Amino acid sequence: MDTFLQQVINGLTAGSVYAVVALGYTMVYGIIQLINFAHGEVVMIGAMVAFSIIHALAPSGLPPLAVVLIGTGCAVPVCMLVGYSMERLAYRPLRGAPRLAPLITAIGVSILLQHLALMVWSRNILAFPQIIESRTYFVAGAAITTVQMAILAICVCLMGALALLVYRTPLGTAMRATAQNPQVAGLMGIDVNRVIAATFVIGAALGAVAGVLFGTYYGIAQYTMGSILGLKAFSAAVLGGIGNIPGAMLGGVLLGLVEALGAGYIGDLTDLCQYGLLARAIEACDDGGHFILFGSNYQDVFAFVVLILVLVFRPSGLLGERVGDRA
Amino acid sequence: MQALFDTRRHPWLVWLGFAMIGLALTLLPFALAQVGTTWVRIANYAMLYVLLALGLNIVVGFAGLLDLGYIAFYAVGAYTYALLASPHFNLHLPFWVILPIGAAIAALFGVLLGAPTLKLRGDYLAIVTLGFGEIIRIFLNNLSRPVNLTNGPIGIARIDPFSFDGFSFGTYDTLFGLEFSAPIKYYYLLVVVALVIIVVNVRLQNSRVGRAWEAIREDEVAARAMGINTRNLKLLAFAMGASFGGVAGGMFSAIQGFISPESFVLVESIMVVAMVVLGGMGNIWGVVLGALLLSFVPEILRWTVEPAQQALFGRLLVEPEVIRMLLFGLALVLVMHFRPAGLLPSAVRKREMAERSPTPAGHPL
Repeated sequence: MDTFLQQVINGLTAGSVYAVVALGYTMVYGIIQLINFAHGEVVMIGAMVAFSIIHALAPSGLPPLAVVLIGTGCAVPVCMLVGYSMERLAYRPLRGAPRLAPLITAIGVSILLQHLALMVWSRNILAFPQIIESRTYFVAGAAITTVQMAILAICVCLMGALALLVYRTPLGTAMRATAQNPQVAGLMGIDVNRVIAATFVIGAALGAVAGVLFGTYYGIAQYTMGSILGLKAFSAAVLGGIGNIPGAMLGGVLLGLVEALGAGYIGDLTDLCQYGLLARAIEACDDGGHFILFGSNYQDVFAFVVLILVLVFRPSGLLGERVGDRA
Repeated sequence: MQALFDTRRHPWLVWLGFAMIGLALTLLPFALAQVGTTWVRIANYAMLYVLLALGLNIVVGFAGLLDLGYIAFYAVGAYTYALLASPHFNLHLPFWVILPIGAAIAALFGVLLGAPTLKLRGDYLAIVTLGFGEIIRIFLNNLSRPVNLTNGPIGIARIDPFSFDGFSFGTYDTLFGLEFSAPIKYYYLLVVVALVIIVVNVRLQNSRVGRAWEAIREDEVAARAMGINTRNLKLLAFAMGASFGGVAGGMFSAIQGFISPESFVLVESIMVVAMVVLGGMGNIWGVVLGALLLSFVPEILRWTVEPAQQALFGRLLVEPEVIRMLLFGLALVLVMHFRPAGLLPSAVRKREMAERSPTPAGHPL
């Protein structure tokens, strides 16, 4: 098995999901400069709703693909509704307030959604029913499953569709105009509030699909899954340049790769027994033993390290333009 | 009535007030002990949260840097104490040696976090600090291999209680016919530490440093133009806030006798932020009030909601823990909507939060 290629495939799959979630962050940030902390929870709710539907329909004898599609079909409107009400009830009244106010509200909304989900779905780790039979193909010594291929394909399609929406439709034009200057956009006859609500709703719909994909890929869902996934996606958005849509896509994929390759190699790299002088000093290294400083259990640290490095050295991200005040 | 309570005409009223608060604080643990020792413990945890909220208030309230990973410093302090006073490494140093070490290490971590994030402001800083808090927790969870430093997710047990010259805080004593259990002893210690920290905070707020922090919070560019060394002062805010967290962590370690990474999760950080925000960022008494409210109200709910649910529905529908968290979430959202400057706003914050910018969106802090 080729570790490198294998980790690239795993990284691309996880990364494309991060990218879709990151789009939700970046669109909202681009338009109202708010880090929507609760976006991760929207993703979680998407996964949970889909779980309930799939769990209920799995024994019904419907074709598995149809069951998953129905599950996704239910998750998307629920999340859109959550996204809309969030914007309408929590953020809109704070439009124009100091920047800290909506951010703290977002943290509150995130806690609320998380614990409402806890009440509905319990605190247990829910195992997604594995109804779709996954076949494994081998490409140049690395395994790729049908589920991974499907996730990659779906994410690419979603990103393509979003790009079309943003760059080719009147709504997209209105969104970009609002992002550039909400006052002037309003003067041009754009209903700014409606555009902002639409941004939240679209982001939530993408998040819902990402939640379902994440749930089917890892096979589990839990009420806390949103916060860590959200943080990683946010890191991805920052890596690509927050507010920048192609940036979020690039950032997501890159972050997935960094994480997978990091987890794959950090154990070997920090095995002190590799380094001659040190190896002689450490007893555990005798007879081909290992003295691994950091193993793959540090996987979750990579996203944060990337985030901090980007913010320190290039706060505008890879594709973002230099904007003085943003960071 | 007005004339009677006019402290300017009757300065002794202030001292009377202090005396009454002092008396209440002294008698409180015995009153609580009548209800149950659990309530003394709850009071102790409330005091720990007061310490944490006061520490965070330096960073968030005074200097205006939103720190969502504050619990990391608490963890650093707690683990410092646990490692130096437990059978884990078979070290049993006295607490008055460890607490300063813990505070210093926490301050060092504060500078470590602060140094790379100085250029960031507002929301970015919030996310980076959040990530920092998670990194610390992941390390605590995993540093049991290859060398067993933190004992991983199992945590460290049998941590020494505070003891001083043969007097131990962990044992039961009788003095003047009154029963002093371990929680009651810790309660008095916590009250003393809290008072000291409050005095430090009050003095700090009106000092040269405190005013400089306020200037940075209001307008960093202008502050720099006035000759304030913004870099050093922000680092100082991080370090001081962190060291208070470290002291609180050390005390937590000793009171609890057992710690594990479970105690230092993200939710805890957010809880402390909620206390500061609810009480009123930058107002010391507001922050104390916020910490006490958000510590006691959920406990009172726990004791009332559970039996109420049992009586009404015959079973437990909503766990008290969930209600507690929902309360925190609601508190954050509602406070931001209706009293953005907190329950007891600081004068400056009040002015600042009331000021709405004319632009509909995109106005920086």
